Amino acid sequence: MDAWGRFRRNRLALVGLALVLVLTAAAVLAPWVAPYDPARQSLIEKRAKPGGKYVLGADEFGRDILSRIIYGSRVALLVGLLSAAIAVLGGLVFGTVAGFTGGWLDAVMMRAIEILLAFPYLLLALAIVAALGPGALNTTIAVGIWGVPPVTRIVRGSVLALRETEYVGAARALGAPALALLGRHILPNIVPGLIVYATLFMANAILLEAALSFLGLGVQPPTASWGLMVSTGRDVLLVAPHVATVPGLAIMVAVLAFNLVGDGLRDALDPRLRGAA
Amino acid sequence: MVTFILRRLLLAVPVLLGVVFVVMLTIDLLPGDAVTLMLGEHATKDAVAKLRDHLGLDKPFLVRYLDYVGRVVRGDLGRSIQQNRPVAAELADAWPATLELTVAALLIATVAGLAAGVASAVWPNSFFDALARLGSLFGLSMPIFWTGLVLIVVFSLWLNWLPVGGSGSLSHLVLPAVTLAMPSVAMVSRMTRSAVLDVLREDYVRTARAKGVGEIWVLGRHALRNAFIPILTLVGLQSGQLMGGAVLTETVFAWPGLGRLMVKAIFARDYVLLQGAVLVFALAFVIINLLVDLSYGLLDPRVGRQG
Repeated sequence: MDAWGRFRRNRLALVGLALVLVLTAAAVLAPWVAPYDPARQSLIEKRAKPGGKYVLGADEFGRDILSRIIYGSRVALLVGLLSAAIAVLGGLVFGTVAGFTGGWLDAVMMRAIEILLAFPYLLLALAIVAALGPGALNTTIAVGIWGVPPVTRIVRGSVLALRETEYVGAARALGAPALALLGRHILPNIVPGLIVYATLFMANAILLEAALSFLGLGVQPPTASWGLMVSTGRDVLLVAPHVATVPGLAIMVAVLAFNLVGDGLRDALDPRLRGAA
Repeated sequence: MVTFILRRLLLAVPVLLGVVFVVMLTIDLLPGDAVTLMLGEHATKDAVAKLRDHLGLDKPFLVRYLDYVGRVVRGDLGRSIQQNRPVAAELADAWPATLELTVAALLIATVAGLAAGVASAVWPNSFFDALARLGSLFGLSMPIFWTGLVLIVVFSLWLNWLPVGGSGSLSHLVLPAVTLAMPSVAMVSRMTRSAVLDVLREDYVRTARAKGVGEIWVLGRHALRNAFIPILTLVGLQSGQLMGGAVLTETVFAWPGLGRLMVKAIFARDYVLLQGAVLVFALAFVIINLLVDLSYGLLDPRVGRQG
């Protein structure tokens, strides 16, 4: 059975895929599907309860929560996608260098990666953001760096394994440069694993962006970011609980969606990875 | 055993050195002048020069790094810029609260995770199994700062059972500990389920059953004991997750621990304090994983003999 056939039989993965598609549509079509301008304030309607004019209620400034959640999906998906791209590209570069060079450089890089993998990442992300300063771009960088070590390990592992195969040996003997080897022989072998990793990473990236924004160190107001919305809602939690709790649901649904798709992809594309990560 | 402990302690040294290096380097790469950022744009030239000198910022990075490491070894973590107190004293005030919170969360995660995981494995594909697996999916997907707020709304606002925040009594501890434990409960129950399922397929379990050993005994004596090693490894790794989560949980519940201190240090641009806090977290992480490694020997006699 092909990968899509295996994926399709996994009901939870299909639910996840549907949710991802809805999120993507919301992000792309935000100006057309959002009922109100996400920045439009209406102080007489502040903290309006869900239902009625505002389906999900209004926040502290009387801004429509549904519209802000729809616009917030842009931030979540963009930070997620870009940081996943940083993780994959960085991991490809470092993993290839470590795998092809070997020797002390490889050893030093692997020790450094073990240290990074072992350390509670939110703490390092905090240090990075503290140094770079808050903002969407710096958050993306901090989240992306987090993903580099695992990708480096995946890439290095398969470079090491494939380096010894006869066809790669033959290609090298014929004088193929390292980059050609990478593109023709190594990449095709690791693409499934990288797709799985990147999908599961998106889930964690969305969580981390939300956490940093919640702490006030990520995306800055007035941009609509889910974590930031929870954070501002926290100030009025006891008088208007929906302001903080409703945007949090969006984070959970998005993370759940990418986790489900990632699990489904892992089982469909690369059964060997089952149970890993 | 002693050599094993010593070797592990020696291995921890490069980890700690590396963490300090990375944190100092990120701070060093800061765009703009750290001192001006700390003191504000209207600071006098004199004050800027004094702070630069105090922080040793005029020296090259490596010199400062070695300097800091040398002072840390002698127990001097510097003075916090904002409070003008020794960093060591600030950290000493904060760490017991974080320890209390994370230990409570780790206990909840282990007990609840093990119970749910074992039940799932003993009755696979049952209604409970489906419920537990769905629950763990959600547990892994919920941002914990949000879980905390939802728990506050339900248990403090609606039911009025537990305080909204702060610390001091057991009732203050319940919500933050449960919040912090949530993702770990999910991880531990997932891992326990698959570990116990694996062990239950082993020949020795079949043998034990064949010779008439009771099911409870099979589970306790054979299955759980062997499933414990992977679970324990995970619990050790989870402690790192818990420390990261502690930063968020402490912020949500106004819990006076290291995590909140760290966030405060970041907002105050108090990098001396920030470095100290990260260092304490790293040290705690290393110690916990050392304890986990040591307990392998207690659980599995094969480990100690090779060490």
